[in-house]
Amino acid sequence: MMEREFDVNPTRSKSTGLPRKRFYRARAHSNPLSDSHFPVPIAPSQVDYPSHYPEIFSPLDRVDGLRKIEFADIGCGFGGLLISLATLFPETLMIGMELRDKVTEYVKERILALRTGNPGQYQNISVVRTNSMKYIPNYFEKGQLKKMFFLFPDPHFKEKNHRRRVISPHLLDEYAYALAVGGIIYTITDVEELGEWMKSCLESHPMFEALTVQELEDDPVVKLLSTATEEGQKVARNGGQTYQAVYRRISGPIH
Amino acid sequence: MEDTNIDDSGDKIREKEIAPALIAVHPTHQSVAVAVGSDLRVFNIQEGCAVTLVDENDVAERKPSTNLHKDSIRAIRYGANGKLFVSAGDDKLVKIWATDSWHCISTVESEKRVSAVALSSDGSFVCYADKFGVVYVVDTEGFSGKQTSNNKKGTPILSHYCSIITSLEFSPDGRFIISADRDFKIRVTVFPKNPLDGAHEIQSFCLGHTEFVSCLAFVCSQDYPQGLLVSGSGDSTVRMWDFISGSLLDTCVVGNEAGFLESDGKEDECLPAVTDLCATNDGSLVAVALQSFPGIILLSCNICARSLSVLQVISISEEAFIPTSLGSASIEQFLWMVMGVSSLRSSDSISLARVRVLSGFCKSSIATVEYKASILDDKDIPGGESILQKLQGTLSIQKQVFSSAAEAVKTAMRNLLIKKQYSADKREYRKRGRNDRKNKHR
Ligand SMILES: C[S@@+](CC[C@H](N)C(=O)[O-])C[C@H]1O[C@@H](n2cnc3c(N)ncnc32)[C@H](O)[C@@H]1O
Repeated sequence: MMEREFDVNPTRSKSTGLPRKRFYRARAHSNPLSDSHFPVPIAPSQVDYPSHYPEIFSPLDRVDGLRKIEFADIGCGFGGLLISLATLFPETLMIGMELRDKVTEYVKERILALRTGNPGQYQNISVVRTNSMKYIPNYFEKGQLKKMFFLFPDPHFKEKNHRRRVISPHLLDEYAYALAVGGIIYTITDVEELGEWMKSCLESHPMFEALTVQELEDDPVVKLLSTATEEGQKVARNGGQTYQAVYRRISGPIH
Repeated sequence: MEDTNIDDSGDKIREKEIAPALIAVHPTHQSVAVAVGSDLRVFNIQEGCAVTLVDENDVAERKPSTNLHKDSIRAIRYGANGKLFVSAGDDKLVKIWATDSWHCISTVESEKRVSAVALSSDGSFVCYADKFGVVYVVDTEGFSGKQTSNNKKGTPILSHYCSIITSLEFSPDGRFIISADRDFKIRVTVFPKNPLDGAHEIQSFCLGHTEFVSCLAFVCSQDYPQGLLVSGSGDSTVRMWDFISGSLLDTCVVGNEAGFLESDGKEDECLPAVTDLCATNDGSLVAVALQSFPGIILLSCNICARSLSVLQVISISEEAFIPTSLGSASIEQFLWMVMGVSSLRSSDSISLARVRVLSGFCKSSIATVEYKASILDDKDIPGGESILQKLQGTLSIQKQVFSSAAEAVKTAMRNLLIKKQYSADKREYRKRGRNDRKNKHR
């Protein structure tokens, strides 16, 4: 699935071996509601860990009892965050979820190139093409994730398109399900209105609470939010402001 | 997800869908309701008479109250205590009826077409799901006999992201609400004390079906009152779940059992979809209706051993009776079945509904040696011929109507349950028709 003839691939730069972004140009925005055709694992136990993390899992390994994915970058785009996190948390398995086919292919190639160029490294990150708004429960068991990232998600300005936003009151229920108690959800955007929306969704949700200022300062990941991804770098170059909301999953109301 | 359910523009080019007939039985067998198209028919078994439904709203509008619903009914259901009855469907109306007077005590307007309904065990909440996968709740407190001022709005409590919800059930102890969708998913959500604040806590997902989930039922016994969940699917299986953990306990491929699958076309070569399930009160038996099987399959359900197995295949082939919906009362040992569709294209009659009853729908009677599952003759069914007159609309149904109905039932079930695969052309056309692409941001 991830192998490809490396040297003869014209979509790669000869000097660095890294895939060239221009060969993977894609539509700027995807509509998460439209019907797409990509395979979806029936259940988290069916996620093909050996193909995502071949150096960590042998093809015969079963998922149960072994390490599981703990970080998910939702709408990972070109994968900058995953690449930064890979070396910061070398023992943690992470996955990027991306709806656009070509972008996903680009990230795959990028990870493969990094693995080849840095033996033993970047084995803990992978990417999958999927619609995160529909298939989170197919990938992660209850309480499996420690961190979820939503960096510079598509804004969907119009009121009637708000249901396409990746952060919404109802989708937060699913994220709360996938996150372990104590797990953290990171969001950032350069669109003020969206920033307010994400914050207010998280604020009103009974299973999330905001991190304190101190906690934000102490968390090394927070610094990456505005710097690690391609979108973040673009915003920074243009001197744009960013709005972040970082919340912790807390246990639900007692019944 | 096809675009039909997403874009309102899609509705305009949607061909009129045919709706399969539905049946519901009062929990103490006082009455039986059948829905065909927009027509709701209720018969009072206890008093042996047809029920006249009264909808004050309609009277106010001075419309003759023949069609209380204006479009196909997609879900009907009695509450567990039998006091309330709910009907809902394509006209985006959820009607709540008091079963003592059969007055409509509330009409809730939904924003979208309604695909499933459920009542909380104590009857204090009605939940309904729309075609966008959103589940709403209405609290029935303060509903009086008169409809005036009872017309509340539903509050959204949870959502399956843009996937049609095919079935909605409360767990037997009322702690959970379970929703199944066309994307193979079953979601188990804690039903909170105050559901108007939303149902945020997902207990589990039951994942394992490889096609749309069409129906849900609970099996519970005295020893195991919390019960186990069973589900039927387009993958032709019935599966048994521990819904607390979401683990799959057993899978029964019922499609194989139907034996004589029709071999008239390529489409039918795959195993037929499960269209409805009905469990006995003691949880020992589950009746299964299949998309193109004339008859019913009885599964034996062992709650202790957590297993499901085919017990008996009962064919009703002399009449090509393919049930579209099943129902039973918790106290009587009858399985009620209806086969029917609204607006048959191929025939002149407007709709067809045929009701049959299986007696001895209980494990102990089936276990006896000389037990023969008996499909009752029309004259022997509870309520006799007058119930058929009411529920079917007519006593005798012509043979050819039947066979064309069988075809339509198949199509109806397929349309209802199987995702439409649009050709590339049509997909492009549909895209162009949508205005969200015309003005992009950024
Ligand atoms: C503006 S980009 C940001 C990418 C990246 N996080 C960054 O900061 O550079 C948003 C990304 O989310 C992806 N996306 C949108 N909806 C999605 C969905 N439902 N599932 C997965 N990815 C989605 C888009 O394809 C796009 O690549």
